[in-house]
Amino acid sequence: MEALELARWQFGVTTIYHFLFVPLTIGLSFIVAVLQTVWYRTGRHEYLQATQFFGKLFLINFAMGVVTGIVQEFQFGMNWSEYSRFVGDVFGAPLAMEALLAFFLESTFIGLWIFGWHRLPRAAHLACIWLVAIGTNLSAYFILAANAWMRRPVGFEVNPENGRAELNDIWAVLSNDQAWSTYLHTVSAAFITAGLFVVCVSAYKLWRNQKHGDTGIRGVTPPKGDFALFRGTLKVGLVFTLVAGVIVAVSGDHQAKLAAQYEPMKLAAAEALWETEEGAAFSAFAVGDTEARYNPIDVTVPNILSFLATGEFDGEVHGMNNLQAAYEAEYGEGDYIPNVFVTYWSFRLMMGLGMAGVAIAAIGLWLTRGRDRTPSVHGRLTRWFYPLAVLALPAALSANIFGWVLTEMGRQPWTVHGYLLTAASVSPGVSLGTVALSLTGFTLIYGVLAVVEVGLLVKYIKAGPSHLVPDLEKDGDESKIPHFSY
Amino acid sequence: MDLAVIWFIAISVLWIGYFVLEGFDFGVGTLMPFMGKRDSVDRRVAINSIGPVWDANEVWLITAGGATFAAFPAWYASLFSGFYVPLFIILVALILRGVAFEYRGKRDDSTWRLWWDRAIFFGSAAPALLWGVVFANVVRGVAMDGDQIVTASLADLFNPYALLGGLTTLSLFALHGAVFLSLKTDGPVRTRARAAALRTACVAVPAAAAFLLWTQLAHGPAWTWPLVALAALALVGGVAAARARREGTAFGLMVAAILAAVITLFGSLFPNVLPSTTDPAFSLTVENASSADYTLTIMTWVAVVFLPLVLLYQGWSYWVFRRRVTGATVTGETVTRGSGA
Repeated sequence: MEALELARWQFGVTTIYHFLFVPLTIGLSFIVAVLQTVWYRTGRHEYLQATQFFGKLFLINFAMGVVTGIVQEFQFGMNWSEYSRFVGDVFGAPLAMEALLAFFLESTFIGLWIFGWHRLPRAAHLACIWLVAIGTNLSAYFILAANAWMRRPVGFEVNPENGRAELNDIWAVLSNDQAWSTYLHTVSAAFITAGLFVVCVSAYKLWRNQKHGDTGIRGVTPPKGDFALFRGTLKVGLVFTLVAGVIVAVSGDHQAKLAAQYEPMKLAAAEALWETEEGAAFSAFAVGDTEARYNPIDVTVPNILSFLATGEFDGEVHGMNNLQAAYEAEYGEGDYIPNVFVTYWSFRLMMGLGMAGVAIAAIGLWLTRGRDRTPSVHGRLTRWFYPLAVLALPAALSANIFGWVLTEMGRQPWTVHGYLLTAASVSPGVSLGTVALSLTGFTLIYGVLAVVEVGLLVKYIKAGPSHLVPDLEKDGDESKIPHFSY
Repeated sequence: MDLAVIWFIAISVLWIGYFVLEGFDFGVGTLMPFMGKRDSVDRRVAINSIGPVWDANEVWLITAGGATFAAFPAWYASLFSGFYVPLFIILVALILRGVAFEYRGKRDDSTWRLWWDRAIFFGSAAPALLWGVVFANVVRGVAMDGDQIVTASLADLFNPYALLGGLTTLSLFALHGAVFLSLKTDGPVRTRARAAALRTACVAVPAAAAFLLWTQLAHGPAWTWPLVALAALALVGGVAAARARREGTAFGLMVAAILAAVITLFGSLFPNVLPSTTDPAFSLTVENASSADYTLTIMTWVAVVFLPLVLLYQGWSYWVFRRRVTGATVTGETVTRGSGA
């Protein structure tokens, strides 16, 4: 085993873990801001409750996203020093901008939002959560522009004197079609995830109410208000998910076309397509032989892949064998085919699980159509809808992860497509033992923190909103709005 | 002026911001266990004094890291891979600390809080110590070959000069935190913080004096002498002001002392960014480690426009939370909008 392998594992483990929290931060900051805006505009008590309830859950998640993010910035230099040396001139710029434009905004105003409930005028306090939401979305753009550049490097030249990539057009990097297309796809997926988080929590609370007539805490009956609140938030979550679902589908289709154009090998691997074809079929289920480079079993839908990749049913899609030969001619001998098994199945799992999540939201919206209806008035349907709604969240989280596995594993053997190989990116001075130490350390700490985090989320979900926010309508005393503190 | 030199200055400004701001919240975290008994309101007072600001303080580090990546890729690459283990421990510490602040109060359970208190202590003290070790080594130089790959072993990084640097930052940040606590709290924590300031000063003042003199004599150019003197004066003045219960003055002087000390370190490093002890010819310098002018120009514009904006709104957040934190504020007893502490 080499340090390279462990460094890749560490990048995979820490990035996947980080990305469990990021989509929720991106989407929930927005949803909480919307809930608080409604409270600000209408003064309706249940929206204050919803804001504080989902705000608490948002903060529990936010902390994890922040602290695991620092690891991401540091490990480029720690494990991938030769990558950093080669790309810093181009790749470092969006990272520095992300910190200066987005992270400061996000972290300053989250502090103001948490501790400012009684210290700021209402409008200013509301503006804080909106600035947090803008900050998180801005940060997503910069980091995705950096990632997109690795898949479609633009706006630079390799300086023959020092062998480094040197930026010559920042606008090209920031307006890269891979960047904005990836942004739309990733952020709308984040909104689906956050939408389904709200759906999952609301459905769980309604389910428990219906099943046990209690709050989940022995002997405590739920206040009537909780019921109305979660009916409302269920709907908010469903609408968010469905709207984002449309954007995810459209941008996903665009992503496939961009892959065909800039990363044909990734697309071919994602489809287990060995030979170049016109009118290529979409593979629904394949068992491949990567040694002999063909698929003994392949269940396909004719012409669909060509349509996805080119917009025409008989368009040409390149196969891995042809691309391998072309790459060898261009870049020299080597294996330019990514791990086909991982790429193929992560593509299917991303699409399948993502579509399942959105479909559940569509069903939920159908069941709750009309005024004030919940699945509970639909008799037998409720029995299966509630658990389904709860499962939608893990489906969305997994779809995100498989999307990134496809993106990153499908780009192999390159870090910067066509310019720098992963094997040439790793830190030469860092030993196997050292990477093993940090990989073990991060994995252990992340594992423990995951248990702690989920435990806290469950605790606060079970406790419910009325536990957090007393009924203000009775005495109308605003000073009783609970303030957050440590 | 040369753009690479401007960016060397810009990065030292970011580190100054980081050490001045996160310096006191490291100090508060380190002293927190000594500010009250287990599970006491006093510990919560200490934590809440930095509650609204610690996260934004930490972004100065992330920005310094990002700016180094963009402006001096070779420096970023050699430094971060060469100081792997200390940086790994710093990362673990920052992870535990950040989560601890957010999670500590979320369960009413004294064992739970005790464990998070330990995380806050370790998460604050370990980086406070290790940043000193790292920066001392950067100024002193490390074994680095002609491919700019650091070949120094972990043991090499813990040389006497670096250990003195670590002791300096640990004790100086603790002192800085104590002064901050006495300025930002009231009641028993304020009294204990003042006592802690005077006690930590017994270590911080001699350690800082020795470290800065060693730095100046071994690596410093002539122009940093006045800064060494300024740092010493501000530090002693800060301790005297803390003793005289002039908390605002004490904090201002601590900021001045840290500022002068960090400029001394960067001044002693210049024009190198990471000297090689293997062969001075292998050293990374402002010239050979920097990005091309185009990147530096873009970055300059971004910094000129956005850094003042950041300072403005971050400054505003300190203004919003300018009142002293007390036991009553954290338990919410007397909170009313507009008039509460």
